[in-house]
Amino acid sequence: MNAKNGLSWIRVRALVRKEINDYRRNRFIAVTMAILPVVFMVSPMITLFKLPADAPASKLDASVGLSALYLMLVPAFVPAVVASYSVVGEREQGTLEPVLTTPIRAGEFLIGKALAALLPAVVISYTMYGVFLGVVGGFAHENVVHDIFEAPRILAQLLFTPLIAGWSIWAGIAISTRTGDVRVAQQLSTLASLPPLAITTLVGFDVIKPTVTVAVGLGLGLLVIDILAWRVVSALFRRERLLTGAKAA
Amino acid sequence: MTVKRDSATTGAGAVPTGPAIVVDGLTKRFGERTAFTDVSFEVAYGEVFGFLGPNGAGKTTTVRTLGTLLAPTSGTATVAGLPLTGANGVEIRRRIAVMPEAPGLYLRLSVAENLDFFAGLYELDDRRARIERALRAVNLLDRADDPCRSLSKGLRQRVGLARALLSDPEILFLDEPTSGLDPLAARDVHELIDGMRRRGVTIFLTTHRLAEAEALCDRVGIMNTTLRTIGRPDELREQLFAKTLQVTTREPVADPGAVFAGLPGVEGWHPASSGDGYVLAVTDPDLAAPAVARALVAADADLLALSPSRHSLEDVYLQLIEEDVEARTR
Ligand SMILES: Nc1ncnc2c1ncn2[C@@H]1O[C@H](COP(=O)(O)OP(=O)(O)OP(=O)(O)O)[C@@H](O)[C@H]1O
Ligand SMILES: [Mg+2]
Repeated sequence: MNAKNGLSWIRVRALVRKEINDYRRNRFIAVTMAILPVVFMVSPMITLFKLPADAPASKLDASVGLSALYLMLVPAFVPAVVASYSVVGEREQGTLEPVLTTPIRAGEFLIGKALAALLPAVVISYTMYGVFLGVVGGFAHENVVHDIFEAPRILAQLLFTPLIAGWSIWAGIAISTRTGDVRVAQQLSTLASLPPLAITTLVGFDVIKPTVTVAVGLGLGLLVIDILAWRVVSALFRRERLLTGAKAA
Repeated sequence: MTVKRDSATTGAGAVPTGPAIVVDGLTKRFGERTAFTDVSFEVAYGEVFGFLGPNGAGKTTTVRTLGTLLAPTSGTATVAGLPLTGANGVEIRRRIAVMPEAPGLYLRLSVAENLDFFAGLYELDDRRARIERALRAVNLLDRADDPCRSLSKGLRQRVGLARALLSDPEILFLDEPTSGLDPLAARDVHELIDGMRRRGVTIFLTTHRLAEAEALCDRVGIMNTTLRTIGRPDELREQLFAKTLQVTTREPVADPGAVFAGLPGVEGWHPASSGDGYVLAVTDPDLAAPAVARALVAADADLLALSPSRHSLEDVYLQLIEEDVEARTR
């Protein structure tokens, strides 16, 4: 069914399905997933709609940049909250021990937890971005629309969304493995999800001129960071550590 | 050494050979604290093995170590035929099931969803049928769609048991499966364990309840950081306590010394502390009892009762653990 040392996708899928079933019914996570995207979509829309038709280019750029940043907060925060819950939440419920006594490997557990945070984050973020484009495209001033619909900008948003989420997930899981308290894990993870936003902000505010090359280049940079983060978290991910939250003796 | 039972019904399908569990000099430390040290024992396939000990004795840590959750500090072990090493972890866990001290259910998920998740983790094929079978075994089929949050403690424990049965394990580790249950719920669990034992499942049962161990287990080990003793419950009683016969007569016997002296198997006597009889130290109650009865009848005494002393496993346990406490305070 699976290679001797490979991953079992049956187990990974079982974990992803359980996770999504579970946090759909977890009020805190469900509310985070529902409210955050709306807030971070509506506020930039309002800013853009309030721009007068003859707004100076600098003002326009700043507003468009701000909207890009807002939109990027969702793929940063939503998976950070979910991932921060992933290990410490199970430990608190006492469910980690029975899971770890099944044939699941640490790597499968890690990938399953990560995918379960990534999938909803990407779906929510893309949906939100689609609605944002639709509303702005339909109702904003022409010069705003022109700016928002620049191809490199859209490409950057689409590329960066899963990559930013990836960073938040690895940071969130790493923190979740080490803390004994769900709230603390959530706060730390939210903070830890911020640094990569610096990169996207550079593009959003035209500090780096958004071209296709720049978007792809920065995307590759984020990808490398994500892969490194994954390797680091995998290396730190030990069964004994997961169970007790303490360093192995 | 152990009770032989039909092991054809155990999980692996084929009849497993050799012992189910071999533990040799196993030690686990957490930094400075020793959870258990130099523990050695064997458990045969089809056996129900009881692991007794006071709080903090290292029972749970032993289960976690044998269940590959914790790496031992030193010593070796074989579980379900595989050496306990990191590389064998997945394969060992495929062959065993562990029901931890706390059942650890996803309270927001239904009973069936909980089991389905674990069926997935074991990569089981006919999941629906297996879940149904496991739930039927613990009498919970009608609660399959209830969220676990709505279940009582006893019912949650049964879901935990159903989960442990899903994969038809070769060895079932049960960590205090009746702790916190009322007597009725505990009896239900006992019946379940008894049912599994009749099906030939190897069971490693930790418990504080001595009567439970006595009723369910083929052999028990008494643990207090290190393994204090191991054997069949009746063997342990014999090992630890001198064998005696309790003699009750209507009236005190005129000259008990003359009556009891020289009887086969009788080594000595003293009046019972309760005042209405005698306690005889014997080498073999089966040999001594008829002779004592004949001698009393010959001496014209009205014999009311003649019984070998009954020490329960609890007596054995308390004796051993108290020895430990005394040794420590000395
Ligand atoms: N993760 C851990 N880190 C440090 N010490 C631990 C850890 N787990 C257990 N211990 C210690 O190991 C010893 C044995 O604990 P264990 O839980 O195995 O006992 P037990 O026999 O199961 O007790 P109980 O009957 O209360 O369940 C205790 O002193 C305990 O404090
Ligand atoms: Mg315990």
